[in-house]
Amino acid sequence: MSNMPAAESHPPQVRLGRRYRFSAAHRLHTDLLSPERNREVFGKCNNPYGHGHDYVMEVVLAGTLDPAAGRLVPLDMLDHFIRRVWLDQVDRRNLNLDLAEFAALVPTTENLALVAARRLAEAWPHWFGSRPAKLEKVRIWETPNNIFEVFAPSPDTQEFKRNEIVIQSRRQSS
Amino acid sequence: MLLTRRIEFSASHVCRRPDWSDAENRALYGDEANPRGHGHNFVLELTLEGEPDPVTGMVVDLKEVKAVLEQEVVGPMDHRHLNTEVPPFDRVVPTTENLAVEIWRRLEPRFRDGAARLHGVRLYETEDLYVEYAGR
Repeated sequence: MSNMPAAESHPPQVRLGRRYRFSAAHRLHTDLLSPERNREVFGKCNNPYGHGHDYVMEVVLAGTLDPAAGRLVPLDMLDHFIRRVWLDQVDRRNLNLDLAEFAALVPTTENLALVAARRLAEAWPHWFGSRPAKLEKVRIWETPNNIFEVFAPSPDTQEFKRNEIVIQSRRQSS
Repeated sequence: MLLTRRIEFSASHVCRRPDWSDAENRALYGDEANPRGHGHNFVLELTLEGEPDPVTGMVVDLKEVKAVLEQEVVGPMDHRHLNTEVPPFDRVVPTTENLAVEIWRRLEPRFRDGAARLHGVRLYETEDLYVEYAGR
């Protein structure tokens, strides 16, 4: 099997986006604010019994493509990774009660995207460390109209530590 | 300014390397390696970069963009079997990644001399899988 005719001298840099779906309940509420203020800030999302969404999550990978294989990572393996590390933890779950991060952190979709990016980035090297693809972004649709996107922190960068600190400090302060 | 045009084409393909065993092919390509092939409704997003003409207010004539897409992508690929009818996929595995790169290579020269340059392509194989390539 020959490589593609080389118009460029270097192998292509590609991005791959894959979408997943999960359904979960949440309630936006923080003990840092009074009940009245919670209702003002979070509106209907502060409903005491919670509510749910059919979330869509997109993971974006970036890397150098070996044109002879033509596949950044085996998609079955990516799907398995996302299922084990994320979907099994959140699908048909209550985000406030079932995810440790949300014991005291408001499960807005901003925070959900940060938590997803952190969990996936942390587990990524164990699954895909030997491959050229890196996890670049996580984008979550709370509804078709509300979309949140974060860069996935690399476990050894300052950004990852900062992200960790932000999540920790929010947990402690709330 | 960036401008994006979407088009659709339907084609069949097999992702399988003849120099690999069935097990090796399955490990990398999964069901995409089924030897008799299958098809997709591919959706291509072509993004161009340029500034609007002060008189027409347009970055580019979209009729011309459509004609280029017809010549380079839809004509050769729509309702075709990529491995057997669309070079270089007689030699190259027609994964979404390789197809996105090939589409870029076909389109990029067509936008070198005009008012708009090719900024990137995004190819959806299904609504849950896409690949982007920007010539780097």
